[in-house]
Amino acid sequence: MVTAAQLNKGDQAIIEAIDPSDVYLKLLDMGCLPGEKIRILNIAPLGDPIIMEVGGYTLSLRKSEAAAIRVKVTT
Amino acid sequence: MTTAEPGKKLTIALVGNPNSGKTSLFNSLTGLRQKVGNFPGVTVDKKTGTFSVPDHPNITLIDLPGTYSVFPRSKDERVCSEILCVPGQQPDLIIVVADAANLKRNLLLCSQIMDLGIPVIVALNFLDVARSKHLTIDDRQLEKMLGIPIVPVNARKNEGIADLKAQIARMPAIPEQGFMETAASPQIARIKEITQAKTDYAALLLGLEQENFTHIDPALQQQLAGLLNEHPLPATKIQGADTLARYEKINGIVKECVSSRKEETGPSKTQALDKILTHGFWGYLIFFGLLFLIFQAIFSFASYPMDWIESAFIAISQATHQTLPDAWYTDLLVEGLLAGIGGVVIFIPQIMILFGFITLLEDSGYMARASFLMDKLMQKIGLNGKSVIPLISGVACAVPAVMAARNISNDKERLITILVTPLMSCSARLPVYTLLIALVVPDQTVLGFFNLQGLMLMGLYLLGLLMAIVVAAITRLLIRSKEKGFFILEMPVYQLPRMANVFMTMIEKAKIFTVEAGKVIVVISIVLWALASYGPGNQMEAVEGKYEHSEYRDQYSGAELAAKIQSEKLTHSYAGHLGRFIEPVIQPLGFDWKIGIALIASFAAREVFVGTMATIYSAGGDEENILPLKQKMALEVRPGTDQPVYSFATALSLMLFYAFAMQCMSTVAVMKRETKGWKWPMVQLTYMTLLAYFSSLVAFQLLS
Repeated sequence: MVTAAQLNKGDQAIIEAIDPSDVYLKLLDMGCLPGEKIRILNIAPLGDPIIMEVGGYTLSLRKSEAAAIRVKVTT
Repeated sequence: MTTAEPGKKLTIALVGNPNSGKTSLFNSLTGLRQKVGNFPGVTVDKKTGTFSVPDHPNITLIDLPGTYSVFPRSKDERVCSEILCVPGQQPDLIIVVADAANLKRNLLLCSQIMDLGIPVIVALNFLDVARSKHLTIDDRQLEKMLGIPIVPVNARKNEGIADLKAQIARMPAIPEQGFMETAASPQIARIKEITQAKTDYAALLLGLEQENFTHIDPALQQQLAGLLNEHPLPATKIQGADTLARYEKINGIVKECVSSRKEETGPSKTQALDKILTHGFWGYLIFFGLLFLIFQAIFSFASYPMDWIESAFIAISQATHQTLPDAWYTDLLVEGLLAGIGGVVIFIPQIMILFGFITLLEDSGYMARASFLMDKLMQKIGLNGKSVIPLISGVACAVPAVMAARNISNDKERLITILVTPLMSCSARLPVYTLLIALVVPDQTVLGFFNLQGLMLMGLYLLGLLMAIVVAAITRLLIRSKEKGFFILEMPVYQLPRMANVFMTMIEKAKIFTVEAGKVIVVISIVLWALASYGPGNQMEAVEGKYEHSEYRDQYSGAELAAKIQSEKLTHSYAGHLGRFIEPVIQPLGFDWKIGIALIASFAAREVFVGTMATIYSAGGDEENILPLKQKMALEVRPGTDQPVYSFATALSLMLFYAFAMQCMSTVAVMKRETKGWKWPMVQLTYMTLLAYFSSLVAFQLLS
């Protein structure tokens, strides 16, 4: 099982599910929905947080939060 | 159908996602007719403004905190939900600002608001940005599908404002259908019945959030709590399903209304800039370069207007002294009130400069990148990427720095940031450090080119930073917070900042400080003036009487005599008595009662130390003229011995005290304003005083 936290810069994936977590509802609000395509645009020089493209805009989140996003890698 | 009679006083709420251009639209609609107040019970600013449209000459516009959903995820957002769903507080009309370049996510909030039973207008902003992303939006089709008026605007360029006002004048009806049916349940029906909520969705929101709302009728709140205790609503499940269902319907709408010309056009302007600005080396270099620039600006550029303000107040004080009769009320007016007001106004340049920069960084979209770069480091000590700006600004002055922490949305992280910010060595400590270092640290070069005095000064600055980190790391473990600290942050597209926004924020922040913190500062100034000007019994008169004698008149020149009288008066004043009263407490730190007077006077502001010492030693010096004071202090010996008072141990102890103690009533006042109460300023005052006392104690006892 792969989560968005494990992706590398440039990776593209499709969200499969959002795991129940403290940030579950917040992620849904922000448009991180099952079926959405994501692309990792950047990882902070210190390794955390990450920036990803989702639903046509860019979102930054910590890896601990991205770990709730289960994905299927497409490239 | 119109829901408002012509001429009725309307209240309109402005709602939207962060970065949707809400502030620009607010400024475009209201101009300078704005005021900032409080939402009762919470530390969220309530920004309101007024404007008019035909038939409605007096419209109040409330700028609600930016949010992505009507279900709040932070305290700021809770304010928004509360106003939108608690009956009796609801506005007559809601304007939803939507970012056209990000339509899908913006429509979530919009769809939720359509279901609250309040008329809605959508101001569709950033169509130009959408075009640059090759998105074409059919706003007529969107209007048809949503069933609410859509007005294209360009808030940054003031375009479409007239259309928006015309639409407001026409006053749309309450959306008949709403966006979506709320899943019916007996509980929702019951909540709707007892709260008289306008729709099922408003009832659901009320039911889920009632315990967090602060100005809902307590009896009603109790009734709701009772009902929900019996039959709890599964909050996460309901909200999750609701959001997913809404997005599904929104996807269908977006497909119909937005067409995208898929063109492979290299990386966007924003992506190209991000390559540099979030780069592992250049990113940090630019970030620290910007911080250095801001720091320089508050530290040195601000000194010019501050000097003018100071000179102006001196001139006003002198003029007042000369015009008014020599009486107690003149002294009160000049040395108490005018000095207090001067002490408030002097901060305005620093506040305006800092907020000018911060708004530039926010408006351009850079602030989100700075947080992204710094988050990992700051997270380790319980802070947030956004804590960097307040901390660094604190090196110039804690007052604007504490105000700058507003940008941190998580309450706990914001609180820790402002609790430790005053530990950063601010510019007011500099004259104290300079005087004491010059007194006890030899002016010599070590290791080839390091000036020992310079090293000492740098050490004191680093010590402040280190202590801020330590205290933050400890406080993190002590403060409990229900609110989860998360860092899910939209990275907005880079844009040229709008100067009008920058200007209005600068004015707004200066106004908040002057009005809110000013009150406290003026009162404390008057108290301190009274303490230094009056003494018990007729001791003060006795001093004046003593110097009437000709032996003194012949011995000293006019200026010297005045200095002598002032010095002796201070000694016999309540402040002087207090200094002697606390002497036993401060003796273990190596301080005598004269330093005690300076400590008491320094509560107004640290830099008063030098002036007070000058008065006590009747050196007639000021900050620019500390040399004679330095010599007098160097000659001071402990009574009955030939040991100097200002030994290295005492001076170091005193510097540590000034490094850690909260000797700044302006910061206390601004803390009170920013935390909406006396609790945290008192906690801060206590911990900093204890920290100062024990560091000084340990240092002095070890060294002497």
